[in-house]
Amino acid sequence: MSSQAGSVNTPAATGELPRVRDVQTRRNAELALLGFAMALVAAYSATIQVTMFDTITGNFWVPAAILSALFLGLHLVVRYTAPYADPALIPAVALLNGIGVAFLRRLDLAEAPAAERLTYPIFAGTGGRQLAWTLIAVLFAAIVLLVIKDHRAISRYAYTLGLGGIVLVLIPALLPGRFSEINGAKLWIRVGGFQIQPGEFAKLALLAFFAYYLVRKREVLSLASKRVLGIDFPRGRDLGPVLAVWAVSLLVLVFEKDLGTSLLYFGMFVVTLYIATERVSWLIIGLLLFFGGAYSAYLLGASVGGPFANFYDRAQIWLDPFSDPYERGFQLVQSLLGLGSGGLFGTGPGGGQPTIIPEVHNDFIFAGLGEEIGLFGLSALLIVYLLIVQRGLRAGLAVRDSFGKLLAGGLAFTLGLQVFVIVGGISRLIPLTGQTTPFLSAGGSSLMANWMLIALLLRVSDAARRPVDGSASARPSGATASAPAQLHGAPTEVIKP
Amino acid sequence: MNAPLRRVGVVVLVLFALLFANLNWVQAYKADEYRNSDYNGRVQIAEYERERGVIEAGRTALATSKPTDGELKYVRQYPADEAYAHVVGYNPVNLAATGIERSEDEFLAGTSDALVADRISDLWTGEKTPGGSVLLSLSKRAQETAFKEMTNNRVGAEKGAAVAINPRTGAVQALVSMPSFDPNPLVSHDTDAAEAAFDKLDGDPDKPLINRALSETYPPGSTFKVIDAAAALENGYTQQTQIPAGPVYRAPTSGTDIRNAAASICPESQVTLREALTESCNTGFAQLAVTLGADKIKEEARKFGFGQTDLTCGRLNAEGLPVATSETGEIKNPDGGDDPAALAQSGIGQNNVRMTPMQGALIAAAVANNGRQMRPYLVQKLLGPDRTTSHYTATPKELNGSVVSSDVAGELRDMMVNVVQNGTGRNAQIDNIVVGGKTGTAQSAPDRKDHGWFIGFAIKDGQPVSAVAVFLQEAGSGGSGEAARIAGQIMRAVVTDAEGS
Repeated sequence: MSSQAGSVNTPAATGELPRVRDVQTRRNAELALLGFAMALVAAYSATIQVTMFDTITGNFWVPAAILSALFLGLHLVVRYTAPYADPALIPAVALLNGIGVAFLRRLDLAEAPAAERLTYPIFAGTGGRQLAWTLIAVLFAAIVLLVIKDHRAISRYAYTLGLGGIVLVLIPALLPGRFSEINGAKLWIRVGGFQIQPGEFAKLALLAFFAYYLVRKREVLSLASKRVLGIDFPRGRDLGPVLAVWAVSLLVLVFEKDLGTSLLYFGMFVVTLYIATERVSWLIIGLLLFFGGAYSAYLLGASVGGPFANFYDRAQIWLDPFSDPYERGFQLVQSLLGLGSGGLFGTGPGGGQPTIIPEVHNDFIFAGLGEEIGLFGLSALLIVYLLIVQRGLRAGLAVRDSFGKLLAGGLAFTLGLQVFVIVGGISRLIPLTGQTTPFLSAGGSSLMANWMLIALLLRVSDAARRPVDGSASARPSGATASAPAQLHGAPTEVIKP
Repeated sequence: MNAPLRRVGVVVLVLFALLFANLNWVQAYKADEYRNSDYNGRVQIAEYERERGVIEAGRTALATSKPTDGELKYVRQYPADEAYAHVVGYNPVNLAATGIERSEDEFLAGTSDALVADRISDLWTGEKTPGGSVLLSLSKRAQETAFKEMTNNRVGAEKGAAVAINPRTGAVQALVSMPSFDPNPLVSHDTDAAEAAFDKLDGDPDKPLINRALSETYPPGSTFKVIDAAAALENGYTQQTQIPAGPVYRAPTSGTDIRNAAASICPESQVTLREALTESCNTGFAQLAVTLGADKIKEEARKFGFGQTDLTCGRLNAEGLPVATSETGEIKNPDGGDDPAALAQSGIGQNNVRMTPMQGALIAAAVANNGRQMRPYLVQKLLGPDRTTSHYTATPKELNGSVVSSDVAGELRDMMVNVVQNGTGRNAQIDNIVVGGKTGTAQSAPDRKDHGWFIGFAIKDGQPVSAVAVFLQEAGSGGSGEAARIAGQIMRAVVTDAEGS
């Protein structure tokens, strides 16, 4: 498929005929994989019960069954609205989501009084809430698939989305700490007992805007003026947008006290810029700017303190968590000890003591899982993430329009980068930051936003694999008629037969 | 745009490879270090999986484990509260353990090599066999009497210590430090509450957590005259040898006047050694020390156990509760020369002479046991989880060989019995039991009240049955008399307990 995608500039000559002949929807494969994933989740829940209770209660399969029903519903929506979508995405995400729900329930059981454990209600505790959030998140994903019949329609609202994204990013920074701060990071909007993490949604909105903006400006931005060491560097005046985003991300770093989110936005922008312009120089400039900024913030934190002190603290903890193991380094130390206690094979589901690790429901869920499923289990989870990211990038490769390529590539990369930032953080590869682990961590915002991200990838992958000749009839007419007109100067736009 | 997309795919692959490599580092290479780290609470949870053994004395449980619903499966309980706190110690969740709980930790926890057979059988049964039990040598009646009499002492002393040992074996019969504390809050599984309880005790100006019987030294005052008398007897003196006394003594070179506690005590220019000890004649013993010389006094004190740095009191073939080093200190004037004034003060247990209450009991015990000083111990027996297999039974050991000859010991015993019968130690008398001893009043600091001391022994049917030291810190006037009374009560309890069993 990739060879075909690579030759989209001359579709009529090579690409058309084989595709028309034997494109399969692969929906049955998706259903089979989904069944397999849910069977794994049920087996995982059963193992937890055997380890914790020495017996299997009659209801171990109930959360897995509820999830199966949900995902089956989504599968049916996909069958109807995006029949050619990538068949690996939903099963892979469902597996992560299911393990997340089961593990959170396992944490609830550990914290519940012994007498109540055997009869712990399905919808109680964090695990029960996560199950409910999954219901809502999958519903959102279905709505995205039903409403957005063509991903190019999104570009119509690019500026609105961009503005909305920036507002969402900035709200926590501008709110007083008591409405926005949890564990030192100002990433939240807290009203009453309810809290949302707007950055999770901002990610999607900003990416849609970046993709639209870069498709329009890619020619200007890819103009090279100087060649240094064999690499083309852009003209000074073209640096404007990248500097603007850099400044915003540094503001996020300083005022929301969060390196992870800052790295996430900036990485997202630089990579989409690179994909759009094909100029390595943007990557180099981006990396230099980011590391320069982070290092300056570190030095400023050491000397001036003030808004930079938090970042300096986190860097210090990262450099030597064991120097203050009970206070500042406590979280990271406990995370490392949890991972180390798990070792290669782990203590088995339900056999460890993950509740020792602080914030194990959220940021440190990967460390909690690592204690019980070991290095082998975590590696498997990483491979599932990698699979999702690579399938997303593959959708970007295969889709024929520039906006879709940027959107899918950006979304997939952002997901991968987020996994890198949080897993790297809890295992002391990079300084720790308050990111959620996609699909695993407790929390509705993260789950909803990431399921929407998957829905968009499904939409783009459907467009990529949909047979060209069938498209006119299969695609609802309203969106297609106007959408391409929005994309000025998009050279890879397919010439429709 | 496809080439950069593919490269982004490679970048993601590299990032995940870094994560994978780093997880290998954390979960494989560093795994053992992290698994056994001091900061790893899982080590502790594993420890609490197994019911910890019982510490008991005279068939009374002093430390037990009760099952809980929590993550830590057993909570430690100390039913005797304060009375045994300094001996038993405590085994908290996060803080450092103390006492027998610390020194016998492995046996109590069931992880000691002695209990390996039980752990192997665990592999077949799937059960967690409880840890072993520790039987202490303490006499329940003596310990509780000591605790009650100390805390209700009639001179209002708030700090102090009492030690009773069996002179023939070294078995500790009672060991009390005052003020004591309730160890139960310290072992709470609510670690914040436990830490708060610890901070409160640790910050208390009376320092209840300190074991004053073992880990603190104090000026021994007149009890040190037993050492002087022993040195004199070993150097040709007899009980009847006349030694210079008088109402006041000033050392040849310098120093302050040394007087007696009352004008009625040895105003004569000469008294017998026996009489000097009976009346606790300061001027007599100060001059005796100067006559004998610093080396002889120091050597005698060393033989009785002063200067011993590595003494512990627990199990005879293992470590135990550390005992602080008793010292005779420098007996020189500030410019380094021999100083008769310092020597005179040292002879009456002042200057730089310091001893632990345990050392006081060891002196009395050596005298009572014909000059043979036995190593003190607290652990009488280690029992396996089945409570029938014995893993250890104390076999008494000598501490410092023969401290003095049995003749000299006999003379000292005779003189000390006279002190209780006719002298300053009358409060220690017990019906039908021969009691000997020596009182002491020691200046603590110029602006503080004097310490009261008593060291002594009880002999029943010609056999020494108990040797005691009682110390009342800053007790003021009447302190040494009250110490003698408490010592008598403790020894009576020992005798009663022995008769009962």
